[in-house]
Amino acid sequence: MSVLPVNDTSLWKPTRLLNRRVELAVKLIFGLFALVSVATTIGIIATLIFETFEFFREVSMVSFLTDSKWTPLFSSAQFGIFVLVSATVMLSGIAISVALPLGLLSAICLSEYASPKLRSILKPLLEVLAGIPSVVFGYFALLLVTPFLQSITPGLEGFNALSAGVVLGVSITPLVASLSEDAISAVPQSLRDGAYALGATKRETIISVVLPAALSGIVSSVILAVSRAIGETMIVTLAAGQHPRLGLNPFVPVMAMTAFIVQASLGDTPAGSLAYKTIYAVGMSLFVLTLILNIFSFWFVRRFREKYE
Amino acid sequence: MANLASDPSRSPLGGGSKGRFKSELSKRYRIDSLFSAAAWTAVTLLVLVLALLIGDVLVDGAARLSWDFLTSFPSRKAEEAGLLSALVGTIWVMVIVAVVSFPLGVGAGIYLEEFAEDSWFARAIEININNLAGVPSIIYGLLGLQVFVRWMEPITGGRSILSGALTLALLILPVVIVATRESLRAVPDSLRQAGFALGATRWQVVCNQVLPLALPGILTGTILALSRAIGETAPLITIGALTFISFLPEDLQSPFTVLPIQVFNWISRPQEAFHTNSAAGIIVLLGVLLLMNSSAVLLRNYLQKRH
Repeated sequence: MSVLPVNDTSLWKPTRLLNRRVELAVKLIFGLFALVSVATTIGIIATLIFETFEFFREVSMVSFLTDSKWTPLFSSAQFGIFVLVSATVMLSGIAISVALPLGLLSAICLSEYASPKLRSILKPLLEVLAGIPSVVFGYFALLLVTPFLQSITPGLEGFNALSAGVVLGVSITPLVASLSEDAISAVPQSLRDGAYALGATKRETIISVVLPAALSGIVSSVILAVSRAIGETMIVTLAAGQHPRLGLNPFVPVMAMTAFIVQASLGDTPAGSLAYKTIYAVGMSLFVLTLILNIFSFWFVRRFREKYE
Repeated sequence: MANLASDPSRSPLGGGSKGRFKSELSKRYRIDSLFSAAAWTAVTLLVLVLALLIGDVLVDGAARLSWDFLTSFPSRKAEEAGLLSALVGTIWVMVIVAVVSFPLGVGAGIYLEEFAEDSWFARAIEININNLAGVPSIIYGLLGLQVFVRWMEPITGGRSILSGALTLALLILPVVIVATRESLRAVPDSLRQAGFALGATRWQVVCNQVLPLALPGILTGTILALSRAIGETAPLITIGALTFISFLPEDLQSPFTVLPIQVFNWISRPQEAFHTNSAAGIIVLLGVLLLMNSSAVLLRNYLQKRH
C-alpha cells in the first residue's frame, strides 16, 4: 500500500514561481540592508567633506595648519588645528607607552605561561574589561588617579594630560592583550618545538621565533588600540581639561580634538554657524588621522603576514 | 666553508675568539626567569589595577544607592538627585537600537554569507565593514547630527530619542553583521547541501535549517553589541542629548538623556556630593552591563542545549 497517491498528481504542487519570487525578494531586501553599511561610510565622508569645505570658505587652510593658537569661540578667532593635534598625540603617546608593555606582556603570559584553566578565566575577563564604558574610566582618571599622581608629582595641575593618558592606556590595555593573545596563540606549536630542538630557552623561543611570527597580528592590534585612543572622548574630556595649548607638557591642562567637539556640542551651535562648521573640520582631521592609521595597519598586515598551514 | 671553520669570528653563530660555542645556560635561564616574572607581573598588575578601580567606585557609591536614587529626577541638590530620567532614557534607546540594528544587521549578514556571490560588490562591502569598525564613535555622532538631527528633523524631531537611537544603531551595525557572519559560517555546509538535495530553495534552507543553528551566536553577538551601545556617551553628546531632564519621554521625538551622560554630567561638577552620585550611577551602569553580558551567556547556553 503506497502512502503517496501516485495517480493523483494534483496533490503535489511545486510552488516554483512563488518560491522564486520570495527568493528574489529576500535577496533584494537583505542586499539593501547590506548597502546600509556602505551608505553609512558614504554619509560620514560626505558630511565631513561638505561641512569642512564650508569651513574653509571662512577660514584659510594656511591659518588652519599654521596658527599656533586655538581660540574659535573668541572674537579674534584663531584656528591652529595642531594645538589640538599635539594634545591628542601626547595623550595617545602616554597611553600606548602604558598599554604596549602591559598588554603585550599579558598576552605573552596568557598564551605561553598560564595554564589553560587560568587562561580560560582571564581571557573572557579581559573581554569584559574591554567593554567598560569610557565614562567610567573618566571617573577614575579625574577622581582617583589625578589626586594620587598629585601626591607624588609636585606641580601637577587638577586637569592634566598625564593622568588622562595613563588611564587611557589602562582602558585600551585589555584590547591590546586580547588581540595580541589571539595572534600569539595562532602561531603553530611546531615552530616552538623547532626552536626548543635547536637549544633555545623558552624566553629565546618567544622573543626570536614566536613574536616575529605573530608580528603582523600584534602590530595591527596595537594600531587599533592607538586609533581607539585617538578617538577616545570621555577620559580626555573629563581629566585632561579644556585648555587649548600647543606643546607636549603632560603636567598642565590641554584640549584634545575630541574634547573640543564635546565642549562645542554642549554649548549652543546652530547649524550653519562657524562653530558648527568648526566641529566638522575637527572631526574631519580626526577621521583622516585614524584613516591613515587604518591604511597603514592594512598595508603592514598584508606585507608582513606569515602564513602557516 | 673551510675558511669559515678556521676563522671563528666569521662563524654564522657569531662565536667570539675564545670558542665557537658557549651555551652559558645558567645566565640564559636567569634572564628567562626574569622574563617570565615580568609577564606574570604584567597580568597581575592589569587585573589588580582594574579590580582596584572597580572596588573604588563600589566603595564611593554603594552608600548612595537606594530606591529613591533610582526613582528621582535630577536635581540641583545632590542629595535629592536621582537617575530616573536617565534610566528610562537608556531603556528607550536600547529598545529602539535593538529593533533597528537586529533585523538590519542579521539581514545584511545573511546576504553576505549566504546569498552574495564572490563579486567585487561583496568584497567592497566587506572592506567597508572592516573600515567602519575603526571609525571613532564621536564621528558617528557628527553623522547623526547632520543626517538625523538636521535633515530628517520632521521625522525624528531633531535632538530626540529617535535620532540618538538611530545613530547608535549605525554604530553597532558592523558588530552585529560580523557576529551574524561568524555564526553562519560555523554551521556545517553538509546541512545546506542536504537541504538543497531535498529540493529546498536557498531561502528555505537558510530560514529553516541554518538560522536556527546560528541563532545562539547571533543573539549573543547582538546583546554584546547592545551593551557597547549602552556605554556610549560621545556620539549622544554630539547629537545633543540633554544633561538635565526632569520629565519622562513621551514619544520617539522627546528630548532625552541616558545613564552615561548623566554620570558624565555629575562627574564634571565641582561638588563632592555629585561625585558620589556619579559613583552610584556608575554602579547602576555596570550592573546593567553585567546583567546583559550574563544574559547573553545564559541565552547561548540555553539555546545550545535545545539543539
